[in-house]
Amino acid sequence: MEVDGSSTKGLLNHIEKPHVLAVDDNLTDLKLVETLLKNSSCKVTTAENGLMALEYLGLGNDKQGSLNDNGSKVNLIITDYCMPGMTGYELLKKIKESSVMKNVPVVIMSSENTPTRINKCLEEGAHMFIPKPLKYSDVKKLRCQLMQWGN
Amino acid sequence: MEVNQMQRSFLEYTAALFREGFLDSQFSQLHQLQDESNPEFVVEVVSLFFEDSERLINDLSSALDQPNVDFKKIDAHVHQLKGSSSSIGAQRVKDSCISFRNSCEAQNTEGCLKCLQQVKQEYLLIKNKLEALFQLEKRIVAAGGSINMVEWIN
Repeated sequence: MEVDGSSTKGLLNHIEKPHVLAVDDNLTDLKLVETLLKNSSCKVTTAENGLMALEYLGLGNDKQGSLNDNGSKVNLIITDYCMPGMTGYELLKKIKESSVMKNVPVVIMSSENTPTRINKCLEEGAHMFIPKPLKYSDVKKLRCQLMQWGN
Repeated sequence: MEVNQMQRSFLEYTAALFREGFLDSQFSQLHQLQDESNPEFVVEVVSLFFEDSERLINDLSSALDQPNVDFKKIDAHVHQLKGSSSSIGAQRVKDSCISFRNSCEAQNTEGCLKCLQQVKQEYLLIKNKLEALFQLEKRIVAAGGSINMVEWIN
């Protein structure tokens, strides 16, 4: 619904706050990524591991949970690579296997940036690989991209 | 001490922490995220780091105390600690974690014990220094002053 009567339909006028799901088992890092994203005008949901992330998205094993439509509202998933239980890479695979979520961009964060790891993630369909520790400029770049995808 | 003097002390103390390698540029990144809508961010995220660190250091002590040392588990804990210290800019803690991981890889219990001591020491140092810094900042704000870290760091 247009608030101003302006006929200029600029790219920014129709972007809602992107909804990002941030996944990291390290609470300090999770707080940092959450704040970086909120500071860039994103709505943020956090999850401390891959299973919780999948459940939130409605891709969990719990069949009842699969009836939620959270997944369709998420514009970006940003996840740590190294997590106990399910790694970020495994989470990426599960997301790409899902008919509902496969087109949602997934960004992987990691403190270990070996070419093998990076290539593995990109080949599996990760949109971007961001080295840790996360900086303001990393998220700014991501945010600019989100603005372009929004339409 | 009047406000200007306190502000100067604060900036000099911070400069020393950077110069002596206790903090690195990631600490400045945290300050870029602190603003009117999020006025306590640095203290909040550093407090999380303190909690994470203390828990991990305890877990590491227990793990090294076991008859059969599980180096994989220890490495996982150190990896976590390296991550959080890196995220807030606690450079010396991060560096001591890097050495620690080398000892884990070599499955060297003695080495790990020494590294744990080193990590503990570095952690206590940075904890004391940051707490002193935060106290000083509180006093400055209470006296009507303010700290513009971002401007100064840049």
